This record gives sequence, structure tokens and C-alpha cells, in this order.
Amino acid sequence: MGYKAALRVWRGDAGAGALEDFSVEVNEGEVVLDVLHRLQATQASDLAIRWNCKAGKCGSCSMEINGRPRLACMTRMSVFAPEETLIITPLRTFPVIRDLVTDVSFNYAKAREIPSFTPDPAVKPGEFRMQQVDVNRSQEFRKCIECFLCQNTCHVIRDHPENERPFAGPRFLMRVAELEMHPADTADRREIAQDDFGLGYCNITKCCTEVCPEHIKITDNALIPMKERVAGRKYDPLVWLGAKIGRRTAKDTPKVPNTT
Amino acid sequence: MSDAETTSDAGSAAAAANEIDRFTYDVVVVGAGGSGLRAAIEARLHGKKTAIISKSLFGKAHTVMAEGGCAAAMGNVNPKDNWQVHFRDTMRGGKFLNNWRMAELHAKEAPDRVWELEAWGAVFDRTKDGKISQRNFGGHEYPRLAHVGDRTGLEMIRTLQQKVVALQQQDAAELGDPEAMIKVFAETTITELIKDDSAGNGRAGDGGAGDGGRIAGAFGYFRDTGRFVLFEAPAVVLATGGIGKTYKVTSNSWEYTGDGHALALRAGATLLNMEFVQLHPTGMVWPPSVRGLLVTESVRGDGGVLTNSEGKRFMFNYVPDVFRAMYAETEEEADRWYNDQANNRRPPELLPRDEVARSINSEVKAGRGSPHGGVFLDVSARLPAEEILRKLPSMHHQFKELADVDITKEPMEVGPTAHYVMGGVEVDPDTGAASVPGLFAVGEVSGGMHGSNRLGGNSLSDLIVFGRRAGLGAAEYVSALPGRPAVPEAALASAAAIALEPLGRAEGESPYAIHSELQTIMNDLVGLIRRESEMKTALVELDKLRARAAQVSAAGGRAYNPGWHLALDLRNMLVVAECVAQAALERHESRGGHTREDYPGMSPEWRKVNLICSLDANGTVALHRQPMVPMRTDLLELFDLGELKKYMTEDELAGLPGAGAPAEETPPSAPPTDAPSGVLPEAGQKAPSSEAPARKAGE
Repeated sequence: MGYKAALRVWRGDAGAGALEDFSVEVNEGEVVLDVLHRLQATQASDLAIRWNCKAGKCGSCSMEINGRPRLACMTRMSVFAPEETLIITPLRTFPVIRDLVTDVSFNYAKAREIPSFTPDPAVKPGEFRMQQVDVNRSQEFRKCIECFLCQNTCHVIRDHPENERPFAGPRFLMRVAELEMHPADTADRREIAQDDFGLGYCNITKCCTEVCPEHIKITDNALIPMKERVAGRKYDPLVWLGAKIGRRTAKDTPKVPNTT
Repeated sequence: MSDAETTSDAGSAAAAANEIDRFTYDVVVVGAGGSGLRAAIEARLHGKKTAIISKSLFGKAHTVMAEGGCAAAMGNVNPKDNWQVHFRDTMRGGKFLNNWRMAELHAKEAPDRVWELEAWGAVFDRTKDGKISQRNFGGHEYPRLAHVGDRTGLEMIRTLQQKVVALQQQDAAELGDPEAMIKVFAETTITELIKDDSAGNGRAGDGGAGDGGRIAGAFGYFRDTGRFVLFEAPAVVLATGGIGKTYKVTSNSWEYTGDGHALALRAGATLLNMEFVQLHPTGMVWPPSVRGLLVTESVRGDGGVLTNSEGKRFMFNYVPDVFRAMYAETEEEADRWYNDQANNRRPPELLPRDEVARSINSEVKAGRGSPHGGVFLDVSARLPAEEILRKLPSMHHQFKELADVDITKEPMEVGPTAHYVMGGVEVDPDTGAASVPGLFAVGEVSGGMHGSNRLGGNSLSDLIVFGRRAGLGAAEYVSALPGRPAVPEAALASAAAIALEPLGRAEGESPYAIHSELQTIMNDLVGLIRRESEMKTALVELDKLRARAAQVSAAGGRAYNPGWHLALDLRNMLVVAECVAQAALERHESRGGHTREDYPGMSPEWRKVNLICSLDANGTVALHRQPMVPMRTDLLELFDLGELKKYMTEDELAGLPGAGAPAEETPPSAPPTDAPSGVLPEAGQKAPSSEAPARKAGE
């Protein structure tokens, strides 16, 4: 039941590039990555594609297919009509290295700014006791495969490189939420979530949730609850009063030094 | 990059093209999966300046595809579990061909390594009393696998990745630079190990065991720019994973091209028992584009059953004698086991992977397969939909998105897929040191731990137990080294020239075509069931392919050029494939991940033999037999004599305590070896120690 699909693939590098037309065979059950591999093997051996597991587990083959950020390995050709032309482009938010491969180092830099898991030093390995119900939320966020589709699609940085400094992006605000909700973590990242990682820039349009291949409810379960926690920390009158009269001293965890 | 400096290849017209970025480290870890990251963390914790080299982005390694869990006898679910039981299961799973010292260390240390991950931020599934939950798996007597749904490998890689970041944050605070002591070089490929001139010459690529020299560095290229890079370092830890991409139907990712195996061989190290390749019994079989993709063993551990086209649970017909007493004989008993393990025996679906893979193959051959050439794996009729979604979310997702199958409503179709190589670099069990000074290997690229067949769940634990040990081993080696081995400049020129060859050829075959042929050869001729004639054909075909691969042409430039990268990987895959085929041809028995149609039985004589591959002076694969070191007495005493009789020779049994002969007079039985009398096993396998026998403690 094979057919020839029309592909327009962006080729080029940081300097310049353009869409190139190809016609590639498609077989039953195939995904976009299969077709790109066939293109590579038969017509364009140096076509740059980043991929690893081809099973939706590593988050490497992120690209934009007909304008939508997707994993090429989890996008079946059957979602497109055989006569439809597929336009395949690199992630727009990140600088192009070559063809469909982009420089995603921004994300690794952001990851390094967030204070790591900070357990109570008195609890020794093997002594942690946590209930399943208490770890469910952090586990949902830890399903993240770091495909960075959410980072790519978030309008705060997609068309505004000037926001890349103050804004960590949905993936890393979710990482903050994951640690804040971890039952054994003792740090308090609410202050820096707002001041250093730009939680306030998020205006909950849920685009990140929509493109997440792991179907993590990033906005509803991570970002909005984080906003509530931040509001509690910053504006709760009792907390304010407590800090004022010295009954409760704020022990906000600072951003990691020398990481930016 | 403050320590980067460039040099030029003096006297060469292509000097500019061959410019090499140079970095200096104490320990260089090649591979950023579970074992590589754990090794790097340990080296850094011991004050060594450490580089992590990854072919992919940080956090994308093949470890993320591990699904089921990490085996560690913590006893959280069944308090009867302990290291002795885990050790026994591991030896049985490997059909007693394991390096028993590794199996011992692994069983003893796995719980501490898992608890350590938790302290570093891993969030495992919990028991009711708040401990780390443990699940059943093939070949494990008790529920033993720490897990997170069916994405345990992802949890492990992320935890180790985040631990590396935590260490970088410490260094940022204390030293002002997050990369002062540990740095990740993502999308960087190592093509040669460089040795010093301390004995003979250190030219890269000439291979040949016994040419002497110590590790002085690692040479490779950055994938994004194609620029060459040299890491000058006295210790290199290979953590490159497996060889699955030499097979057509495989669960492995593109990175699994046997790089570490080949690098070790070319540096003069040896590979152990490469004939043992695990075919995971349950890979997807449809659609064709995902054929081979892994279906986790947890499906069976959590109650899923295998049926044929007649609807029969066929595994009851395939329980081998050595396991007969441990497995249920009726469906009723098997089903009772899930809730009452004390009074029932295990379902035969949970036999070790080699047994299940062969059984599926037999059913399909007998015409009782599923429509697309596999068998059925059904969990829908066994568990409520919501429990399936909670326990097996990735599997549900994978089948729904890729095959239009809803596993809560209908069975999956599954069949064997190349999954794991038990063979690998021969190492010292305690430190991971290979035979070349300064070279270490850990994880799938190392050999011995799993014998002829790995149990599910023993890989993730292997990574962290021996990752820590190899990192420590490398750190101690560097500390004890009086000076730094020097990199011979000639070796760099030769490595650069080899790497550039495919780009320089205007005419030549496509590397993709050669790769595809290689995969077909290995799949069809050195696959699950092996025959002498087919393996001989395979060796002839591999020979021809090697000649053609030496003439491939990669179009395009050096910047992020996958065709070029594959052309260089081909060289590794071909030498590894040859090792597998040669060793498989040599071993005249069937055991674990090596099934010979012409030698269907397991031979006690062959159990005493390790097959060792090396490269001779011409760079061709040489194979020799090497006797297995006899197991330490206190470990032997963990088994019943009756069980040992199924695996060992009369001579070996005669020497056992309780078998009639006095233990201290154990006669060294003559091994069926053609090794020169001086070639004895590596000193790594410890002689019987004074450790007190712990006979089935806790049982």
C-alpha cells in the first residue's frame, strides 16, 4: 500500500537555508522519521536529523511538521492525507546547527540554574519513607523526556529572544514545581521561581501542554499550582506579618551562583 | 573551554582541516548512559577532573529505553529476599557462565546503589509502608525490581544527569566554574583510543593485542562541526553500551554500534564470550517500521500471559528440566502465584528471557503464530483497564500511537528482538579494568557479569554497581600513576586520516546500503537459532562487506553529516559482528543467548570455557579458549548439589564439599582449552577467600 509522499524539508545551516522538495516512498504503519530515514538513505545521505530511540522515549527528534512542534518518531504518516505535502522544518525557537538539527544548549543552561534536590541531611539513603499519593505529582513531571517541544512552542521565548534571560520556560518551571512538590525536598524555590525563572511571564495559554508528547498537564498541574505557591509566599498577609515580627524568618533558597 | 588550545598537524598540507581541539582530563568517560554517568560521578567525587563524552545530547542515552526496573534485593516487598537469593537467580539466569565475582558484587551492592539514587532525587514507586516498591520479573525468585511505572530507565538517567548538574553547581559555588571538574561533551564521537609509546608504537588503528602501551587519550570529532578533538587523559572508561545496530530487528537505538567493543579491541584489549546475544522475547512485530521495539517484561511480571493462535498458554510446554521444580505446571497454580507466592510456583511466562524467546520462535515455526508472525501477549483479559494504565503507561501509549492497539482491550502481538549483548570487554570484576593499562569498561560494553543470559532488571543495577566501581577504579589508577602518558603525535595524524577517508572518496557505495546488508546478514545467519553452515556463510559475507565498507563514500561536508558518522560507525559494527559470528561458530553447545541447532544441549565441559576475541597484528579477529575460574566454595555452597549437577562436570562435582571428596583436595580438572599453558584467566577473579559461607541465609 506504499505511496510517494511529497516532502518539503528545510536544509541549510546557521547562515542560510531553504525548503527543498523531495518525493519519498511511504509504507504501511510508518512514522515521519521512517520517511526521513529513507530520504537520508536514498537521496540525501548528509541530511542532518537528530534522533535516538525511535520510540518516543528519548525526546531527540523534535521538529516542526506542517508548523506543529512534534516528535518525528511518534507522528504517523497516516495522520496526513497521501496527497498532502509535508513541510518539515527545524524547531524555530533555537538556533539552527544544520538542516533539522538545532542548538538546544539554552535548555541545559537553564537546568543548571535551578537549585537541585535538597533532602534533609539527617535522612540517610534507604531511610526515605514516602507515600505513593505524595509522589504522584512529582512523578508526572518526571515523565518529561526533555524533547523541548514546550520550550520551543512557548510564545514567551518563541518570538522574543529578549525573554530568554529572565524566563526559564515551561520545562524548567515544571522542574521547579517537581522539586517543590517532592515530599523529601527541603529547599524553598518559590521566590526564585518568580524573580529568576520568570514564572510571571507565563500567561497560561497552555500551548506547552498541547504539544507535550508525554501528555503532561504542564500548565494545570505544574505552572498554575506554582503560581499559587508563589502568591502564598509573596502576598499572604500572615506570612508577611510573621516575617515582619520575626516569628517566621524567610529561608528562601537562592539561585545557584556562577551558573549564568 | 578555557583549557582548549589548538595545534596543527605539522607538515601536512591538510593542516587546517586537521586542526585538533585539545582538552586535558584525569578521567574520560566515553558514553553518557547509566553506567557512564555513574562512573563519571564517582571519579569526580574522588577529586578527578572528569569528561563525559556522549554521542547524543545529555540525558538521551539508551538507558532511557529500559522499562521494567532495577533489580536489588532490598526485601521491601518480600523480606525473604537477600543478596544470596539474587546471586543464585543471576547465576541460574546466566546458566552458570557468569563471572561469579561480578554476580556476587552486583547482588551485594545493588540495594545501596538504588537507595543512593533515591537520595539523589529519584522518585520510585512506593509500597504501602512508604518504601521503594519492587516488582516481579523473569527469573527473579522474589519481587525485586525497583521501578517507576514502565519508565525506570528514564528515571535513572534523569537522576544521574541531575546529580552531575548538582556536582557542577557545587563546583560553580566553590570554584566559580560549573565545568571546572566535570563537563559533558554532547554529540561527540570517539573514534580511537590513543596509547603512549611506553612499549612499541602507539599508532592508532593498528590494533593488535600485546603491542603494549598505556592509555594516553581519546580521539574523536564533534558531530555538529566535524572538528577533531583530543582528550588527553591517563584513564578512559568505556561505557558505550551494546551492539544491537548490527541486527535488523532490534530494540536498540542508533548509538548501539559496538563502538566501545571495537575501540577496546583496537587498543589491544580482549572481548569475552561475544556469542551471547540476548533476544528479548517480546518486541513489537507490527507495523514493520516499529518491528523490534521493546515490549517490557513487566507486562508478564504484572500478570500478562503469552498465547498462540489456538488461544493456548504455550509456555507450560517449554519449561526446561533445570527449571522444572520452580515453575507452575497448571494455569491455576500459575495464577494463584501472583497473590500467594509462598504456596505456589511461578508462571512459566516468567522463565528467563532466552527460554521464552526460543519458545515463541518454536510456536511461530509450528504455524501457531499471530497474523504478523509473532504470538499474543495479553494483559487486557487479566487486569482492569485502570490498573494497566497505572502500571504500564508507556506500553499503552506506544501501542496506541504506533500500532492502533489498545492494550486494555486487546492483546499485543510480540516476537523476539535483539536486545542486549552479554559478551563484552574482559574486565577485572572489582575495578572494571581491562587488560590495557588505563582502560576500563562498564555496563553493556563489559562482559562476564551476566554469563550467557541476562535477567531482566539486572542491567540497570549492573550500570550503577559497576559504574561506581569503574569510576573508583579509574580514579585510583590515576592517583597511583607516577606521570602522565604522552600522546604520540603520529597517532593523531593516523586517526585523523582514517576518519577523513569516507569524505575524501568521490565514488563509493553508500554507508546506509552496507549497514542494511550487515543487519540482514546478522539477523538471518547469526540470529536466535544458529547453524554451522549459516555462520560460515556469514563470516564469508562479512569479509566481503568489510572490503566494501573500506571503500564507502560519504557525500557532503563535515558539519553534522550522518552519512559520514555512519561510515565511521560501520567499521566498529563490522569487527564486532565478526567477533559474534566467530565465537558463535566456535561454541559447540546451546546456552542462554546462544542456541545451536546442531548442538542443542548444554555441555558441562563448555561451561568451563570462556571464548576470548582479540585483534592480531594484522587487525583481524583472533579467537582463543580460556578456562573459567572455579567458583569460590562459599558461593558454591549457596546451591544444592542437585542443582549444580545440572551444570557441572563429574570432575568438578567430585571436588565439592558433601560430594564425597575432601574439599581441600579439589583437583584442578583439565579444561577443554587450546590456550597455551601460560595463558590463564585474568587475575581479576578472586581466589577463594576466607569470607564465611552464608548458606542460604535468611531463608
